[in-house]
Amino acid sequence: MFTGASQFALVGVLGAGGSAVAGVAAALLLGTRNAMYAVTLAHLLPMSRRRRLVAAQVTIDESTAVAVTAPRSLAGVGFWTTAVGVYVLWNLATFLGAAGAATVDTTALGLDAAVGAAFLGLLWPRLGKHRRVALGGAVVAAFAVPVLPAGVPVLLAAVAVLPALLRPVGEEP
Amino acid sequence: MIWTAVLLTAVGCYALKVSGWFVPASWLERPRVRTAATLLPVALLSGLVVVQVFGSGRNLVVDARAAALLAGAVCLWLRLPFLVMVVVAAATAATIRAL
Repeated sequence: MFTGASQFALVGVLGAGGSAVAGVAAALLLGTRNAMYAVTLAHLLPMSRRRRLVAAQVTIDESTAVAVTAPRSLAGVGFWTTAVGVYVLWNLATFLGAAGAATVDTTALGLDAAVGAAFLGLLWPRLGKHRRVALGGAVVAAFAVPVLPAGVPVLLAAVAVLPALLRPVGEEP
Repeated sequence: MIWTAVLLTAVGCYALKVSGWFVPASWLERPRVRTAATLLPVALLSGLVVVQVFGSGRNLVVDARAAALLAGAVCLWLRLPFLVMVVVAAATAATIRAL
């Protein structure tokens, strides 16, 4: 898979002893935003069917952000450059991490603690507008940890979006 | 089991992206669908932070990981790059554990 938040989520849930089903579900829910990115990009960058299949694999936060914010004439260049750059470096880093995992003491190096910080880093740019949803997700997960099996509290955090969904369409919080 | 989960997630995540590129925009551009796709990552990431930082089996604990999160938050507030933030967070936890 090439979508960092989902990758982290699956590893996080499995690493915490959660079930595979909970891990996959959390990762897929996180991946839904990429479908929305793709809709935006398909509109912005018309291309052949075959190219769309390739573009789909590299439709992520970074490539979409660059394509959408670049001047219209550079949107395609921005999208593909970012996509290829992140794709190569991200997967190289993942490979190095997997290859080196057995040789280092991840706890002594604090790497387990860095995972939480990494999630916060992914969350940070979204906090400005959606602070209430973030707070809701955190509270739900915190209350769920003592009573539900590992992995499920993360999924349950998704209910924090319900108030926004149940609000009449067009109303801003 | 783990590889099945990895493969399923990989296929599913790719399918979600392909659906966005091929499905007529009007199907996915309903306001509620867009709201859900925008907000779900926020709620889930927030839940992941809590579980990852304070979760210990079925208990909530405050340990070196909380200090690492705080250090990470300071880095983000200072607008330092993602990688720097992750390294500072790891180093914070490693230092506290070594004491």
